[in-house]
Amino acid sequence: MERAELLEQATVAKQAQKRIRLHCCTSTGCQASQSLDVKKQLDAAIKTHNLGDTVEAVGVGCMGFCGQGPMVEIEDADSPAEKKHYQKVTPEQAESIIGSLNGSGEAEAIQGDPNHPFFSRQLLIVREHSGRIDPERIDEYLAVGGYQALHHAIYEMTPAEVVQEITQSGLRGRGGAGYPTGLKWATVAKMPPGQKYIICNADEGDPGAFMDRSVLESDPHRILEGMAIAGYAVGATQGYIYVRAEYPLAITRLQKAIQQAKRKHCLGAQIFDSPVDFTIEIRVGAGAFVCGEETALISSVEGGRGNPRPRPPYPAVSGLHGCPTLINNVETLGNISPIIRNGAEWFAGIGTERSKGTKIFSLTGKIRNNGLIEVPMGITLRQIVEEMGGGVPGGNSVKAIQTGGPSGGCIPDRELDTPVDYDSLRELGSMMGSGGMVVMDDDTSMVQVAQFYMEFCRGETCGKCIPCRAGTVQMYQLLTKLLDEKATKRDLDKLKELCGMVQATSLCGLGQTAPNPVLSTLHYFEQEYLELLQPDPITLAANSRG
Amino acid sequence: MSVVTLKINDIDVAAEAGKTVLDAAREAGIRIPTLCHLDGVSDVGACRLCLIEIKGIPKLLPACVTEVAEGMDVTTHTPQLDEYRRMTVEMLFSEGNHVCAVCVANENCELQDVAIEVGMDHSRFTYRFPERGVDISHPQFGIDHNRCILCTRCVRVCDEIEGAHVWDVAGRGAAAKVITGLNQPWGDVDACTACGKCVDACPTGSIFRKGSTASELDRDRGKLEFLVKAREENQWTR
Repeated sequence: MERAELLEQATVAKQAQKRIRLHCCTSTGCQASQSLDVKKQLDAAIKTHNLGDTVEAVGVGCMGFCGQGPMVEIEDADSPAEKKHYQKVTPEQAESIIGSLNGSGEAEAIQGDPNHPFFSRQLLIVREHSGRIDPERIDEYLAVGGYQALHHAIYEMTPAEVVQEITQSGLRGRGGAGYPTGLKWATVAKMPPGQKYIICNADEGDPGAFMDRSVLESDPHRILEGMAIAGYAVGATQGYIYVRAEYPLAITRLQKAIQQAKRKHCLGAQIFDSPVDFTIEIRVGAGAFVCGEETALISSVEGGRGNPRPRPPYPAVSGLHGCPTLINNVETLGNISPIIRNGAEWFAGIGTERSKGTKIFSLTGKIRNNGLIEVPMGITLRQIVEEMGGGVPGGNSVKAIQTGGPSGGCIPDRELDTPVDYDSLRELGSMMGSGGMVVMDDDTSMVQVAQFYMEFCRGETCGKCIPCRAGTVQMYQLLTKLLDEKATKRDLDKLKELCGMVQATSLCGLGQTAPNPVLSTLHYFEQEYLELLQPDPITLAANSRG
Repeated sequence: MSVVTLKINDIDVAAEAGKTVLDAAREAGIRIPTLCHLDGVSDVGACRLCLIEIKGIPKLLPACVTEVAEGMDVTTHTPQLDEYRRMTVEMLFSEGNHVCAVCVANENCELQDVAIEVGMDHSRFTYRFPERGVDISHPQFGIDHNRCILCTRCVRVCDEIEGAHVWDVAGRGAAAKVITGLNQPWGDVDACTACGKCVDACPTGSIFRKGSTASELDRDRGKLEFLVKAREENQWTR
């Protein structure tokens, strides 16, 4: 397929769109608040008002402001800058929203401010089309320039140039550890030719994280395109998306997207009539936190038990079925097509010196505006929590922010001016993680928080290695003993000792980071632990004798 | 065959390339405790007892899966490593019901040996006294899950040497356990060839051969009577 033909398809798709589009969120969160009914009523109202020629209601992906959903956004092609946001829309309000388009009175729905810092502070790269296009129609993706980066890569770049471009962009893995993506790609590309695989890790399992789900639900083609570009770059013809079964909507949309992309020759054999082949299949995981770990994930894709294995050999050398395998997180793959489209320099110009681009966070917990945000690296935690998030509701103040899920830690309020990047967060004893950000207020007991995460790890450890299997149980018991106000100084020492041991001796990254929530709360809020301690009976007895 | 030279505990050692640090250490007479390692089957690096320090690598690595390399500087015993090993064994003892006095493997048990080797005389961790059950549905063998340390040697032996793959692991975390067949009673598993390799592989008294304890002795008193009759009346059938 010539480039012109692809552009032509994009233009046709663009022209088929109506002048006024009502974007109605149909992601999992908003569907739970009747957004499908809202969409249905909007469609009905358009019909009764005879506006079908100029107006359409489009079921789109997540707009981010999940706490205020369902959201409806009105976009007029004649004045694209003037957008209108309606929040917490009910099906009954649909009629009045459509009515207001004629100028016959105001809509009865709550109008939001599109210039609110929650939106204006964001910089959308991965989520640029999220909430703007219908994820179930490939035409909508083509209309916004979809698959052009793939076409460009295949016809105008060598695989080595693609790898080079990704390397120069400075993109680091968004799964949490922040490994340089270009280096990973280069390693797989350098392996001798033969069967290689691409795996998209969509096994998001951290408590409080839902970025990957949202990206898959809102813009599945973006991920498919990223995977195909990766396949071309490293010489792989087969890709798998490992997505957990708890994400049924994401799975359905991905399946639709794969079918549509194949039909348009954007995927499958001889993509765009070139000699490049790339097929994608979905593998549904049963929902085990440990399957987010690369080697456990591979084992699960192979049909085995999701157990990690010692590395090296790294998956880049010996992965799925013993072949070189490139595993990237959803968000990492979401960054690929914009980098190819706009160039490495553009991407490298965003963010901080060692953390480039943007990061998506799911902002939850004790915060006024919760939802998904995509912000440039280097923004401070304070800007996220106070400006975008609107602070803690109900007069309380921020006590700590938990980032990185069970592998991360709690950052106290005095460190709120820390810029968000991989290295700064690690220095604070936390980590970027996949991007869950849970805000905690004054009322939160940090020991309880530590216990919560330890309970999670205790339940989710695969049980293969002893420190993680038995250590998390012991740590959970000690934390419970503390909270029951039965623990002594010796128990606290034992807890600290266990943290060090589990960290140093566990087999995989998940075990090695499991003590982080305890360690970081101990570091910043030790007083709370000390307050729970009971006098040691042995010392007491000794004192009374003496 | 190419050979690499490395240092283990400051001793110069020559080892065949491709061998593991554990092999090289054993060849040099240096003992590193292990539980999940079993000569002849693949390694999984799960018991974490053979963790070693290698100069220049910040993480502790399991000797059983780490290949030797030229110039490697390995330390197998430091106060820290010894402490971690002891804690690991303590945790094993507190997670199952390892009561040596009533175990078929007493004095012939690798877990016991390792405990002695690392100097564990008691566990500082809370005993969990789990109820894990015993399966004696197999005519020849039995498994006491209370004594299982999940080293998965039985799983690997059955899969890699016997080729039957009767054993596997089910469940997660503290609920993880070895199972036979698709979690059927062992006696119902058609795939089991009753080869007994799992019994040979088990480091503890978890998988055992029936009839080896005094209470299980099946005395054949009729045999004496038969022998007398056979000799006297030259009647050799029972």
